[in-house]
Amino acid sequence: MYVYDEHDRQMAAERVAQFRDQTERALAGELAEDEFLPLRLQNGLYVQRLAPMLRICVPYGMMRSDQLRRLARITRDYDKGYAHFTTRQNVQLNWPALEDVPDILAELAEVEMHANQTSGNCIRNTTTDQFSGVQSDEIADPRPYCEIIRQWSTFHPEFAFLPRKFKVAVNASENTDRAAIQVHDIGLQMVRNEAGEIGFRVHVGGGLGRTPMVGPVIREFLPELDLLTYLEAVLRVYNRYGRRDNKFKARIKILVKALTPEGFAEKVEAEWQHIKDSPTRLTPEAIQRIQAYFTEPDYAELDNATDLLASQRFENRGFDQWLTHNVDTHKKPGYAIVTLTMKKTGTPPGDVSDKQLEQIADLADEFSFGEVRVTHQQNVVLADVRQDRLLELWQAITPMGFGTANLNTLTDVICCPGGDYCALANAKSIPVAEAIQRQFDDLDYLYDLGNIDLNISGCMNACGHHHVGNIGVLGVDKKGEEFYQISLGGSSHHDASIGKILGPSFARDEMPKVISKIIDVYVDKRTEEETFLDTYRRVGIDPFKERVYA
Amino acid sequence: MPNVISPDGSIRQDNWVVVPRPAEGESLDIPADQPALIPADLWLAGYEHFTGREDIGVWFDSHDEPEILDGHVNELPVIAVNFPKFSDGRGYSIGRLLRERFGYVNELRAIGDVLLDQLQFMKRCGFDAYVLRADKDITKAQKCLNFFSQGYQAATDTDIPLFRRRAS
Repeated sequence: MYVYDEHDRQMAAERVAQFRDQTERALAGELAEDEFLPLRLQNGLYVQRLAPMLRICVPYGMMRSDQLRRLARITRDYDKGYAHFTTRQNVQLNWPALEDVPDILAELAEVEMHANQTSGNCIRNTTTDQFSGVQSDEIADPRPYCEIIRQWSTFHPEFAFLPRKFKVAVNASENTDRAAIQVHDIGLQMVRNEAGEIGFRVHVGGGLGRTPMVGPVIREFLPELDLLTYLEAVLRVYNRYGRRDNKFKARIKILVKALTPEGFAEKVEAEWQHIKDSPTRLTPEAIQRIQAYFTEPDYAELDNATDLLASQRFENRGFDQWLTHNVDTHKKPGYAIVTLTMKKTGTPPGDVSDKQLEQIADLADEFSFGEVRVTHQQNVVLADVRQDRLLELWQAITPMGFGTANLNTLTDVICCPGGDYCALANAKSIPVAEAIQRQFDDLDYLYDLGNIDLNISGCMNACGHHHVGNIGVLGVDKKGEEFYQISLGGSSHHDASIGKILGPSFARDEMPKVISKIIDVYVDKRTEEETFLDTYRRVGIDPFKERVYA
Repeated sequence: MPNVISPDGSIRQDNWVVVPRPAEGESLDIPADQPALIPADLWLAGYEHFTGREDIGVWFDSHDEPEILDGHVNELPVIAVNFPKFSDGRGYSIGRLLRERFGYVNELRAIGDVLLDQLQFMKRCGFDAYVLRADKDITKAQKCLNFFSQGYQAATDTDIPLFRRRAS
């Protein structure tokens, strides 16, 4: 994992001092509300329905145990003793006091954390696959490139006041896209060219929100050394020509659409020709230097514990289910990737208490070289667990509530904080998630249904990524009452697609029943091997419509 | 007379006047006894008349294209860029293009909704004169220009990004 050097430490400390000064000027009335707004947003600070909300950056989802413990302490000292894992691999505090935020940032800086650019119209945290570095089908570990982008984008003087927020995601797996890159402003798919050199296929202009779009490819192969100059060219074109007259038309996807992907690509190429050989061009040494932080941990030489696991599974059905659903194959023999689910029914998806944060830190130290990864599905991954210790781990996490074996099933809901916390929301989202989780409490039935992405957003801003859920739920406001619109057929994976709206929206108490009807149609229509998405794509939306609105 | 802030935070006064774009059918109202900044396209339109004059500079609005002055920038003593609203970031790109692409070496002035917390970005993007919005406390400019002792990226102020400095 990346470790700060004296330069990073110095800039982090300077940033804390700057934000302290900005906060003091705001509290003294020297900064008007609209002048302070972008300054605090660029430090992750929202003023929300009930209190400010502070979004803390977790660069590409990676955290160390000492950072988790510091977060736990911060939630105790400055908040109500819990935090929320977001759908962009970050962490949020829901109740900090404005005047405490500089002190919180100082405490974070001590453990190499910050809240830079977690909101506002700037380049946000770069996200990636939570299985980076431990899966066997990746082109190369994407995290060094994410760190290179993090450094380039941090306090970038030209791009601090873009037309709108800007999100970059990187994916390195050839077969899976856990980073949902095609619904980002820039999606970078790592590829190798015919000569075997590493580069990126560049998607620009994907996104959710009011105008959901799958990002078109604007460059098939970008050599790795050209990464930053090319990003700079894309951002410059966007900064100059993106719309600023209408907030809802200001994302880069609208510009790409207006110019056409080909027209946009030409503009970027023309800009890039001027700067591609500038000193911003990466060097092999610069990449190697960052890669050196992401070397393999000190793995033991092991064989796969196939026999041991087989007998343990045979003796324990709960362990068997968990192994099947929440544990993934590791590139290293004898190791496994474990996902701790933060989706226990009755707890808002992604919420963790201070105690749980410390438990996760202890688990990381005990089982996984002291590191964890936060996923955009709001779960936490222990990436390097010995197979012969999986049973021990499962026994430890079950009473903690992290062992619910529902990963990727219908009840592994992605959900924004919604109207319970967020000032932007039109409707509550957490109670809908909970009602659906209660309706589908039979694990065997969930397994039989297979992988289904159910994503819930409380408003058009789509923090719950509802457009790309196989089943998407969007909270809407109808004359002051909360209703929920359903869409079907979305996907955030390699076969990315935007869901189609089923029809008129529903009241909250109707939702579990409506979801049940949708699931029933799938069960009736599916063939043996089909997932929910496969069936939907084959039969279309009509059978679902007929059943739900019958 | 505007107070003008320099990159080191010091403050001086000068008497450059920003001449607004004339309405349709009207002509430019250039003061007789003061140096003036006129819209860049109008300077180009009156090139024969204006070029080489030490008392005539130009200004760009944030949606203008600095490309129109390619090849002529150093004929101007001052180029100003207007920030119509502090949250409009196009001026930063204009600054970098004027300096890094067109090789402009004379004064680059930020005008308009110029606030304290944006000075640091303007400085890195090549601006070396800032006319702070009148209601802001100019004595805090020096502090706000100097919160950071370095940056990660190359920009106009340095062409050596941190990854190259680390390597040396």
